[in-house]
Amino acid sequence: MEVIRHSGSEIERAKQDFRIRQLRARDLLNNDLDGADLEKHVEESIITTTVDKAVAWARGNAMFPATFGLACCAIEMMSIVASRVDVARFGFEAFRASPRQADLLILSGRVSIKMAPVVRRIWDQMLEPKWSIAMGACSSSMGVFNNYAVVPADKFMPVAVHVPGCPPRPEALMHGILKLRQEIVSGPEQSWRERYHAIGTEELVAIEQSTGEAAGA
Amino acid sequence: MPDATGLELLAQELGEAVTNTVHFRGRGTLEVDPKQIREALAKLRAKGYDFMCSVHGVDYYPEEPRLGVHYELLDMEKVDRITVKLRVPTDAAEVDSVTPDWPTANHQEREVFDMFGVVFTGHPNMRRILMPEDYEGFPQRRDFPIGGEPVLFTANEAKGDDYTLGTSSR
Repeated sequence: MEVIRHSGSEIERAKQDFRIRQLRARDLLNNDLDGADLEKHVEESIITTTVDKAVAWARGNAMFPATFGLACCAIEMMSIVASRVDVARFGFEAFRASPRQADLLILSGRVSIKMAPVVRRIWDQMLEPKWSIAMGACSSSMGVFNNYAVVPADKFMPVAVHVPGCPPRPEALMHGILKLRQEIVSGPEQSWRERYHAIGTEELVAIEQSTGEAAGA
Repeated sequence: MPDATGLELLAQELGEAVTNTVHFRGRGTLEVDPKQIREALAKLRAKGYDFMCSVHGVDYYPEEPRLGVHYELLDMEKVDRITVKLRVPTDAAEVDSVTPDWPTANHQEREVFDMFGVVFTGHPNMRRILMPEDYEGFPQRRDFPIGGEPVLFTANEAKGDDYTLGTSSR
């Protein structure tokens, strides 16, 4: 974390500005504010944005990873919720036990060719929008298990972020998660779909437009 | 372990089932005829080796016959071990299953079949145990190719390999 140190005069000025805003807010409530002062106050109090941006911001700051561990990387994954790196600071702390409630799948370990359909099924059960992180060498490139038994994650599901390491330190996974968060918040939101030529494959349920007659009946 | 003399005596008692004896670094090994493995193991059990520790598969490539199956037996009272080995060629890789006599061999014989392709006749459930049922080939054989499948990294993508199925726009 970057620590920002201000000089004494800057702090004094910030305190003064804060006091001015406080007084102005009180005047507004008393209906004493008008003209240019009112304009300025409103301008300072409102942030304009688009719904998409606001939604992306909310999504990026409230990710629910699936409670899903495969191998030794899972031990490192578990420790990201502990106090040292504390992923809860970024809204990732709620590991969901059901893929239906999760929107991030962390592939923490090697995936054997027999396990791959199971993982794929979990991924398919997750609701849109969803992302995945391939954690560690095995799920990215098969690592030391470059043999008949292990399959890289790219072969059976899309991966948004690869975190290298064997296993990656919790800080490394954290870095991967923050990269993903950055991607979600700032867009393009569906990066992995572009990469996997999968735009238009979103599983969206069509909401039927109810007509007036149907509503009346 | 039986000493070298003890091993020879043991081999004599087993009769013509034994094709060779090896005593190496204090460890006795009986090489037996694959057709008589059940009888040989039954006789060893009568001699006190009544615990089967493990069943292994081996590929002796490029020697012939290529495939081997090892049985490790243990005498629990004398704390005495003996290894029984047999060899079969790849084109007729069939061995009598010892599972009816030694139930512990059940999963281990399935694993040897899965990895090396030795078929154990008389096994109650002779199918793959670790690899998927529809897998082709026997991955622990020494002529099985090493290495897995290519990975979709940007570096590989730049080389022009397309690893995504079906939806490619290129």
